[in-house]
Amino acid sequence: MRRSASFTESFRELGLLVFIVIICAIFQIRNHNFLTLENIDDLLTNTAILSIMSVGMMMVILTRGIDLSVGSTVAIAGMVSALTVQFFRGISPVVSVLESVAVGTVVGILNGLLVARFNVLPIIATLGTMNVIRGLTYVISGGAWVSSYQMSSGFKGIATGELLGVSNPIIMAVVINVAFFYFINHMRTGRQIYAVGSNPEAADISGIPRRRIIWLVYTLMGALSGLGGVIWVAKFASAQSDTATGFELSVIAATVLGGVSIAGGSGKVSGLILGTILLGILNNALPLINVSPFWQQAIQGVVILAAVLTNVLVKRNNQRFALRRRAI
Amino acid sequence: MVERSIRVERLWSWRTFFLQWEWLLVLIFIAVNIVNSTLSPYYFTADTFLQTPMTFLDMSFLVLPMTMVIILGNIDISVGSTVALSAVVMAVAYNAGLPMVLSIVLCLLVASACGLVNGLLMTRFKELSSVIVTLATMIIYRGIAYVILQDQAAGKFPKWYSALGWGSVGKVPIILIVFAICAVVFGLLLHKTSFGRKIYGMGSNLTASRYSGVNTDSIIMIVSVLTGLMAGFTALFLSSRMGSTRPNVAQGYELSVIAMVVLGGVSTSGGKGRIAGPLLAIFIIGFLNYGLGLVNVQAQVLLIIVGLLLILSVLVLNVRFGGRYKRSVPGTAKKLAAQEHSSETTP
Repeated sequence: MRRSASFTESFRELGLLVFIVIICAIFQIRNHNFLTLENIDDLLTNTAILSIMSVGMMMVILTRGIDLSVGSTVAIAGMVSALTVQFFRGISPVVSVLESVAVGTVVGILNGLLVARFNVLPIIATLGTMNVIRGLTYVISGGAWVSSYQMSSGFKGIATGELLGVSNPIIMAVVINVAFFYFINHMRTGRQIYAVGSNPEAADISGIPRRRIIWLVYTLMGALSGLGGVIWVAKFASAQSDTATGFELSVIAATVLGGVSIAGGSGKVSGLILGTILLGILNNALPLINVSPFWQQAIQGVVILAAVLTNVLVKRNNQRFALRRRAI
Repeated sequence: MVERSIRVERLWSWRTFFLQWEWLLVLIFIAVNIVNSTLSPYYFTADTFLQTPMTFLDMSFLVLPMTMVIILGNIDISVGSTVALSAVVMAVAYNAGLPMVLSIVLCLLVASACGLVNGLLMTRFKELSSVIVTLATMIIYRGIAYVILQDQAAGKFPKWYSALGWGSVGKVPIILIVFAICAVVFGLLLHKTSFGRKIYGMGSNLTASRYSGVNTDSIIMIVSVLTGLMAGFTALFLSSRMGSTRPNVAQGYELSVIAMVVLGGVSTSGGKGRIAGPLLAIFIIGFLNYGLGLVNVQAQVLLIIVGLLLILSVLVLNVRFGGRYKRSVPGTAKKLAAQEHSSETTP
């Protein structure tokens, strides 16, 4: 049983990998500029925010939750840090990042409070905070934008700067992914997230602080959204109140595509990275092979549906196989 | 056979009657109207109450089936995209020469087909939660709408069609009449038919319903198709009032609609709630919106208020105010079952 389960998981990831390779091959044939270093760098930079936030979303979904407020959190964190830069031009980029992360963390703590302490269903709690936070963003900005010329070059450097030839967002995404890979797989608290998701009652009985874990997960999600917010605003060099509207759905889609089960308790960082990259390619590369951008959404949806359905079919097949083996 | 004499019903009393969630909503509704009438001296007239609903009712058609969906314990976030797709198909078909009446029929058919696809996916792939299925179809439906119309707008509808959204019979707007009929039909379906009872049964225990011979798949299919059909109605009235349609209409409707249903006291864990609550919630939010418009409050502040109302209502229902306010299962309201200590299950 155990072997077949891990076989399914690796089959899934292998499938995703093969799919990505096939897509890349098709793109490369249609447009020879696709697999150039420059283009790959572009593509990864554009996927970095999605990747950072889907790590948080994965942890939330592992505990059987969901967070719809991440798009709004990106907006408010980005807006607050951009407004600060507008008024205090000389502020260090590091402070901006910390500020944005702090704002996101506060939102996360609020979500965690509602879900873990007051037992509000995650989808409803975060739906509520999504509206409240979006409204607050309009109120604090007065509906106005913070535009490129109002930002210091240091601030914009958060997203446009490079370290050893690799752009900052990619580095941040890699660091976040590696750190959380270690956290989820090799630290006690990380393993407890899986325990809480796969069987909450058993987790309770075995002394895992379930509520605290859930709270922690939403707080981390908020913090990562805050980081995403500052990168977003710095990258597009404009902070608007409707920044990242609907982005929560992209993040959830990337997570689900990466094989994280919405029923909680199963999913891996390696799969998640593949899912994010696939969604990143679909988001950014279709124009390169002359596919009209209007097809983009439909193609994305079909790929997500196909991935989810394939997952179910493989799992079913696997169970049938296991049953047959037991019968002999 | 010995007749059982265990009494689990409690007698009807004024106290339990008035401590229902719907009464709190009525109080909020009255409060909203009092505030509104202090804002404008011209507010408190029959015209206001008849004409204002025109501005917010088109989205409300979705609240009716969404109540059923949420009582089933499911959720449907593809409704906004269904509205967009059916509206776009209707407009394109009309502009391609199809008569308007047939285009309207086509609109309703497309919307129902969208619901049908959702239902098929949900019943054929039971392992998937409805959130994931409708998330995928939400992206796909909106995507198809973009493929069909790109970033154009389509419209130039005949004159009588815009009367559908703006006209009135006597003083009562057509949209209000249609909505009232739909609300009555859904209320009867949910509360007076075996179909409705089965929905409640499935919401509180799906497995038990299946084992007791309920054809759960067909119920889910019917509810999904009804959801699609109502999305078609929303598409009709929305495009009639706007005079044209684009692929990006009705964005975010799903979330507002879910918010209204939850505010109406329908439990997201399924099996509890009544149609009256969401109906009241529609009018509370609608009139609140109108009142805020009177004093030039930004629409965005309304977002905050709706969000806070949503969170607060769930908090009140969860913390249970010492166990008093209850979401009741209809029919047992008069003889409230002795479930004083059955609390909300933790997510």
